[in-house]
Amino acid sequence: MSDVVLSLQNLHKRFGALQATNDVSLDLRPGEIHALIGPNGAGKSTLIGQIAGNIRPDEGSVYLAGSEITSMSIAQRARLGLGRSFQVSSLAEPLSVMRNVMMGVQALQSHSFRFWKPVARDRQLLEPAYEALARMQLSHRAWTPVFELSHGERRQVEVACALALKPRALLLDEPMAGLGPEGSAKLTELLEALKLEVPILLIEHDMEAVFRLADRISVLVSGSVIAHGDSHTIRQDPRVREAYLGDSDA
Amino acid sequence: MTNTTSLSKNAALAPEADRPFDRKGLVQMALLGLLLLLPVAAYFLGHIYYVNLASRITIIAMAAVGLNLAIGYGGMVSFGHAAYFGLGGYVAGISAYHAFDITPFMTWPFSVPGSDNLLVIWLAAMLLCGLLALVIGAISLRTTGVYFIMITLAFAQMIYYFANSWPTYGGEDGLPIYIRNTLPLFNNNMLDSSDALTYFLICFTGLVLAMAITSRMMKSRFGAALTMARLNDVRLATAGISPYPIRLVAFVISAAITGLAGALYADLNGFVSPTMLSWHFSGELMVIVILGGVGRLYGPLAGAVLFVMMETFLGGVTQYWQLFLGLVLLGVVLFAKHGVMGWLAGRERNE
Repeated sequence: MSDVVLSLQNLHKRFGALQATNDVSLDLRPGEIHALIGPNGAGKSTLIGQIAGNIRPDEGSVYLAGSEITSMSIAQRARLGLGRSFQVSSLAEPLSVMRNVMMGVQALQSHSFRFWKPVARDRQLLEPAYEALARMQLSHRAWTPVFELSHGERRQVEVACALALKPRALLLDEPMAGLGPEGSAKLTELLEALKLEVPILLIEHDMEAVFRLADRISVLVSGSVIAHGDSHTIRQDPRVREAYLGDSDA
Repeated sequence: MTNTTSLSKNAALAPEADRPFDRKGLVQMALLGLLLLLPVAAYFLGHIYYVNLASRITIIAMAAVGLNLAIGYGGMVSFGHAAYFGLGGYVAGISAYHAFDITPFMTWPFSVPGSDNLLVIWLAAMLLCGLLALVIGAISLRTTGVYFIMITLAFAQMIYYFANSWPTYGGEDGLPIYIRNTLPLFNNNMLDSSDALTYFLICFTGLVLAMAITSRMMKSRFGAALTMARLNDVRLATAGISPYPIRLVAFVISAAITGLAGALYADLNGFVSPTMLSWHFSGELMVIVILGGVGRLYGPLAGAVLFVMMETFLGGVTQYWQLFLGLVLLGVVLFAKHGVMGWLAGRERNE
């Protein structure tokens, strides 16, 4: 257990008659990218919600680095080291990239009830944010308003925001969504370099990226994990081919 | 990958801010300068009426500075800020009432005498308004959008009807203030606030302080968090900061500023009545903030100048002056989305 960073244990979530999450157990170990794939309606979003904190599971528990976070708020989980990105870009567009990224640094350093010192010249706050941005190769855009960025750059900023929290685990929800082949290749490269430091739970539709990046893959169908293994195993699994990949694929 | 942090020592810091003498800076200085110089000139020409008019503009602007912190910077559309304006007014009125009568305001569990010391009155007004906002905000901020607007309105109306039906302090007739409150200075000197210019300068100082504090605060970590709470509260929570306490504290500060303005207003008029608590005034404050420019530092001032001028001069010509107010508001909303300040000084640069 000690080498597991993030662990979901027997999660259940029901919406009326719909069993959105059915006895899901997953874990994320240091140095790996664990991909979660599944067709539309498989319950991926519900599962992410339960990890990130906007949905409470009916049963089961979530652990981050050994502490139970099942009933913690989104902000508490973030401070404990759960960084996440969203499927649909969720940056504050009128603000500069730095103003978005620095919030995580601010949360880690102290409470935010500091009313006097201006942030614009605050090294203690800005330098760690700048480093997170440099990791995503975007430091040249630090003071650009988000609305001027390309779609691909925004995805990189999303990850930088999560990195600013010095996360123990990253939860990336379709980071490749809407990226062209070039942007997708670039982000794939950046994530590959990142995983040794921060393990990543990756929810992704881009199968090429998943098969290239993931050390392990879990397949979610109708709320349950139906298959689990490395990319080779998943490619060969007949249930997965039937449920998700389609027989013509692969 | 190069080590980007060592490239330049200041790479992480924000680029230097814009010069103070650009268009925006000039418009702001002109606005503040005129507000200060015109009443002084009027005073020495013997037009006390205009000095008091300037005090009125200044106080209403200050109340709007408070509301702008909630609406413009915090995204909390409060339709109940008259509650704090009125409470501030009643603190001044009730305190003066007991100081005049030499009776205590309350005797149990401890004795609270009345006071004619402005500093005591202001502090009490801000504290009480802050406390009231803490209670109202703690409940209201659990809702958003139209529900937030309605629940803040409901709280303010409750206080309005309470003041209306409490005969001790005048009920619906209001409460006159028979004594002029004083401001203690060094060496036990008292500054007599009954002089119109003195009182204007007190109000002007209060307004400038309220704006300076707002400006400084919005540049701080708290301001950064509040801005993010307004623009994208999911982002803020995901970054590890809960939006709710940030909003609540901003709401309390906002109410304290409006409450102080209310205390000043009561002393200016020598009278406090439930009108100060009514939803009409909440609406007027909102109109002022929107007229001037939501979320702009000088917006409340520009809005208050325009509003009170129209009320005074058009209101002197016709009782239907609000028709013209409506037309101006329509024009601002349709053609100058960032209010009068946006129109005069250009769009705000976001960092």
